[in-house]
Amino acid sequence: MIRDITLGQYYQADSVIHRLDPRTKLVGTMVYLVSLFIFTGPWVFVTAASFLLLCVFLSRVPFSYMLKGLKPILFILMFTLVINMLFTKGTVLFSWWKFTITEEGLKQAGAMGFRLVLLILGSNLMTLTTTPTRLTNAMEHLMRPLKLIRVPVHEIAMMMSIALRFIPILLEETDRIMKAQLARGADFESGNLIKKTKSLVPVLIPLFISAFRRANDLAMAMEARCYHGGKGRTQYKPLKYKGRDFVAYFMVIIYLAGVILIGKFL
Amino acid sequence: MNEYKLIADHLIYEYNKGSAQARKALDDVSFVLRGGEFVGLIGHTGSGKSTLVQHLVALLKPDSGTIYYEGADIFEKDYNRKALRGKVGLVFQYPEYQLFEETVLSEVSYGPKNMGMDKKDAELAAYAAIKRVGLEDECFDQSPFDLSGGQKRRVAIASVLAMNPEILVLDEPTAGLDPAGRTELLDMITELKETEGITIVLVSHSMDDVAEVANRIIVMDKGKIVYDAEPVEVFRHTAELEAMGLAAPQMSYVLRDLKAAGIDVNVDAITLKAAKEEILRALA
Repeated sequence: MIRDITLGQYYQADSVIHRLDPRTKLVGTMVYLVSLFIFTGPWVFVTAASFLLLCVFLSRVPFSYMLKGLKPILFILMFTLVINMLFTKGTVLFSWWKFTITEEGLKQAGAMGFRLVLLILGSNLMTLTTTPTRLTNAMEHLMRPLKLIRVPVHEIAMMMSIALRFIPILLEETDRIMKAQLARGADFESGNLIKKTKSLVPVLIPLFISAFRRANDLAMAMEARCYHGGKGRTQYKPLKYKGRDFVAYFMVIIYLAGVILIGKFL
Repeated sequence: MNEYKLIADHLIYEYNKGSAQARKALDDVSFVLRGGEFVGLIGHTGSGKSTLVQHLVALLKPDSGTIYYEGADIFEKDYNRKALRGKVGLVFQYPEYQLFEETVLSEVSYGPKNMGMDKKDAELAAYAAIKRVGLEDECFDQSPFDLSGGQKRRVAIASVLAMNPEILVLDEPTAGLDPAGRTELLDMITELKETEGITIVLVSHSMDDVAEVANRIIVMDKGKIVYDAEPVEVFRHTAELEAMGLAAPQMSYVLRDLKAAGIDVNVDAITLKAAKEEILRALA
């Protein structure tokens, strides 16, 4: 049940997208996400969707696996669609009792739906093809200028990579504890909301205890290896742009130009 | 002894189905458990033994095949799986990590309460269970988190025992315990079987753990049951066991070496006590 969440989980494969520099992927993804929200119109979405499809195809991540990442947002998606459809004013197409559906509402709902789906798929593609370590590494690099105004860039990146690293571990732990309490006759499904929430206490307490224990162990292990923050720290595999990264940047620029042109003239 | 308590019928279970990392954890596993047995379930890490025991209490559903408990299919839609978990008690690996209550007594009465007992009955059951695992009276009102590692594990086992299971399944109960704690725990489990007739399934990767106590051994390798026989029978296949990353009990090696050195001993003595008598007999 809990393993269905793909967010933040790496999909092992050997592809061009996997080999790209994480900075390229991060910048590319950001440009892509921003482009989804600035420009609108059916042709823009067609372009954006085909660009994403091309990337998914190149990444060799199975499409069914990508779609699984949409499951957690299914509810939000439905909710926005319905809200947009029912509460946008404009030319009335159809009306029944207190509900009216307008042409603008349908358009708005369609646009929002497309945006949300592409947004999640786009960012999922990045996390599926980039290990958390490389991703935070890229963030650290890209945020370097902030060091000038005394932002602890390295520490933030370290915290993020630890947090990301622990997501699958804690998920597995939750699964394990839930099973152990089920074996003791726990019931997480029946009853009203209050009863259900209460039934989670026997899961949450051991989970917190274990998280604290792990944090403590990790801090100890880091100190034992003389970790003292980012100052003067070198890297085992420093990030380096290669030819394919420039090609990728070039393609992102072409995509952006295309979207701008299409958004303006079509 | 001959009544079938539980029947596992051709279980197949695959992890990560449909992805590149798919792998069969259970591959056509069938066996029966009779009342009052003490079964050792042995296998190397990743052989599927933990997956198998989770099926026994319906925490995992097999892709095909099924399990019958006292003649009823436990994966049937309206089978009462909660009640099943009271009858087949599963103690997970490192069970002390699932403790959460403020006192030992309320911790142990969590299970019986879930089984529908009222507070008083649940606490009585908890009291009895804490006694059965050999904890002192002082422990009752202590926080389970203040206890030692071995005591925590006893509390966790008591919390399953308090539901009065007919079959008790323990997944690596001795992992991480010191030798003394290990012996004590195994003695305690044996006593449960002897005095109360509880059917025991003891999961382990150590032959020495089970050789002493089990009267039947199931060996798993790569999701399949390789041997299912009496200990003496299983330990005759030393070479095959070693190929699976397992080993025969140490005593069996000692006796074999003695025999090779020309001393006439019976190599089928596998427990420490039997081996000692065998050696004394041969030397006399």
